[in-house]
Amino acid sequence: MQQNPSSDSIVSLRDVQKSFGSLRVLDGVSFAVERGEVLALIGRSGSGKSTALRCIDRFEKVDGGEIVVCGHRVDRPDVDLRALRQDVGIVFQSYNLFPHLTIEQNITLAPCAVKGLANSQAKDLARKVLAQVGLEEKLHAYPEQLSGGQQQRAAIARSLAMQPKVMLFDEVTSALDPELTAEVLKVIEQLAADGMTMVMVTHEMGFAKGIADRIVFMHRGKVHETGPASILTSPTTPELTQFVGTGNLKS
Amino acid sequence: MSLQLDFPAVLERWPSFLAGAVLTLELAAFATVLGALLGTLAAVGRGTHNALISGACKVYVETIRNTPLLVQIFLVYFGLASLGLKFSAFTVAVAALTINVGAYTAEIMRAGFEAIPRGQIEAAEGLALSRLQIYWHIILLPAIEKVYPALTSQFVLLMLASSVCSQISAEELTAVANYIQSDTYRAFETYIIVAVLYVILSLVMRAGFWGLGLVLFPRRRRLGTPL
Amino acid sequence: MGGHLNINHLMFLGQGALWTIGLSVIALIGGGIVGFVIALARISPLKSVRIASAVYVQLIQGTPLLVILFLGYFGLAAIGLKVSPLAAAGASLTLYVAAYLGEIWRGCIQSVPKPQWEAAEGLALSRTQRMLKVILPQAIRIATPPTVGFMVQIVKNTSLASVVGFVELMRSGQIVNNSLFEPFAIYAIIAVIYFAMCYPLSLFSQRLERRMGRGRSNLAPA
Ligand SMILES: Nc1ncnc2c1ncn2[C@@H]1O[C@H](COP(=O)(O)OP(=O)(O)OP(=O)(O)O)[C@@H](O)[C@H]1O
Ligand SMILES: [Mg+2]
Repeated sequence: MQQNPSSDSIVSLRDVQKSFGSLRVLDGVSFAVERGEVLALIGRSGSGKSTALRCIDRFEKVDGGEIVVCGHRVDRPDVDLRALRQDVGIVFQSYNLFPHLTIEQNITLAPCAVKGLANSQAKDLARKVLAQVGLEEKLHAYPEQLSGGQQQRAAIARSLAMQPKVMLFDEVTSALDPELTAEVLKVIEQLAADGMTMVMVTHEMGFAKGIADRIVFMHRGKVHETGPASILTSPTTPELTQFVGTGNLKS
Repeated sequence: MSLQLDFPAVLERWPSFLAGAVLTLELAAFATVLGALLGTLAAVGRGTHNALISGACKVYVETIRNTPLLVQIFLVYFGLASLGLKFSAFTVAVAALTINVGAYTAEIMRAGFEAIPRGQIEAAEGLALSRLQIYWHIILLPAIEKVYPALTSQFVLLMLASSVCSQISAEELTAVANYIQSDTYRAFETYIIVAVLYVILSLVMRAGFWGLGLVLFPRRRRLGTPL
Repeated sequence: MGGHLNINHLMFLGQGALWTIGLSVIALIGGGIVGFVIALARISPLKSVRIASAVYVQLIQGTPLLVILFLGYFGLAAIGLKVSPLAAAGASLTLYVAAYLGEIWRGCIQSVPKPQWEAAEGLALSRTQRMLKVILPQAIRIATPPTVGFMVQIVKNTSLASVVGFVELMRSGQIVNNSLFEPFAIYAIIAVIYFAMCYPLSLFSQRLERRMGRGRSNLAPA
């Protein structure tokens, strides 16, 4: 668990390489996320956004380069996975709530099992994080009794309960219709306002523009263009111009 | 006896083992072919609108699937005898195994038939195919392709289960083993050897069915299939 | 000796049927425990454990139960390990059932969708916690119908214990037959009793399967 003294980055990737078989998916990706910053990963389908995100939480092992997350050297084989994942919260496109557990049990499971929280403390915590996502009344419901948007908010609450230092979101609204999308985005906006460090893969360009401190545009496994949210309105590369021009930038 | 194992003394009898293995394969081959036919007929019968036929098929399938093969073999054996009919042990064994595997085949084929989407049949009707053509091209062959892995596993299980035929003195592999061990007093070595032979037979059968699948279903060859 | 089927014969058959049930329970519990270990070993992170358990499954599933029984009874006796028919039958069935249940259960564990594993991993749960709290509770639900279905195979397979002289239903039928010599009638009665034990299990398994809304063809070693 070496600290990286040179910067205040919560997440930093340097020259990360990753291939699936002969397919090179990440080809020298570098970017960093400072404390309290919101970074949006955008790009065409297949450009490697999800892979980059999954590398940060070590769901994929990298072939080369360096990844440091909250002081953990994620690229090293001896990284302490459980410590890493206590510092990192991840939310998936498909919610992935545990269907056999109530929302409350979904939320209290990890704090009790991993952090050794007492049951009553964990329950208070569950109430608190559910209030944060506006779902207090669903404490005792099962996931299948919730709408997609509610399930996704519950999944966010489940991650929050571990009090992570950084949250990763992978297209968390792309399975939802516009109305439900809005309610999830509102929750994420609130998190950003509260100062949570976040990395999000998103296709919602309007949302990215409004919330992100920095945009990373990926193209063919490389960071093709990066900068503040304003690059979405005045892109410099033809690829990003084309990407934001194809109707991606609306709402 | 002794703790000294002596495999060579038993392996000396390899011609008998070989003959037993060949007979086991013959039993399995006959029962597989006949049972596949019987089972497919029963599956078709089960799906007909004639309550008598579909009821009879259901009774056949459920009766066989819920009673032990050993009992079935004795029933066939003594049943034929009580009718005054005299058949060789081999014939009785084939008959019993056929009846047995037919019931399992029927269940598997029924699942295959049910997996054919209605739209496929309607599309074929729209192309003015005859009922028989539809049955063959649109229902039967695709159904077999769908359940091919389940069917072939069942046939391998049948080959293994045929060891029970030793109990009516069909001279297959297990019967040969029983004979050799009583002759050599080396039961442990004998049954180990026979177990290895069965494992080899089942691997051979699986490889054979895998190859046959490639020939029968070109699409599987193109898209690749796990063994 | 000789004469007609009487109440004593039926009582004797009933006692045999009880032993069939007893042996089935032994096989289910023994095979269930060993099978659970096999299922976990088959998906172990250690390659050597995965290979060893796969070899076990391949060997047992490639050998007839009858040969395993002969090996356990006559084979062991021949090298100086004399065991009772009950012990031989119980142990052989345990090894046999374990290989099949282990494979069925491995399939059920692996059919819990991959994102569930990842979500549990993302919450920093340890491997054991993921298995116990997230995967197994879901796998058990998936595993119930095929497990009940396999119990039918267990009951039927106990009939093979008769060939090493264990007096369960099949063997008691043969003993009754030795005095009456009405083989067809007696085996027909035996068949009916087996059917009465197996068919309810079959129906129950089918109902569970339908309730779960997934069709699964029921592979069966006859
Ligand atoms: N586990 C895997 N095995 C093999 N190939 C993979 C795997 N995961 C991703 N890929 C491939 O890597 C490439 C990048 O995938 P990735 O999921 O990172 O793209 P993405 O930018 O997230 O796209 P999308 O917007 O569609 O989610 C794709 O071509 C994909 O097919
Ligand atoms: Mg993606």
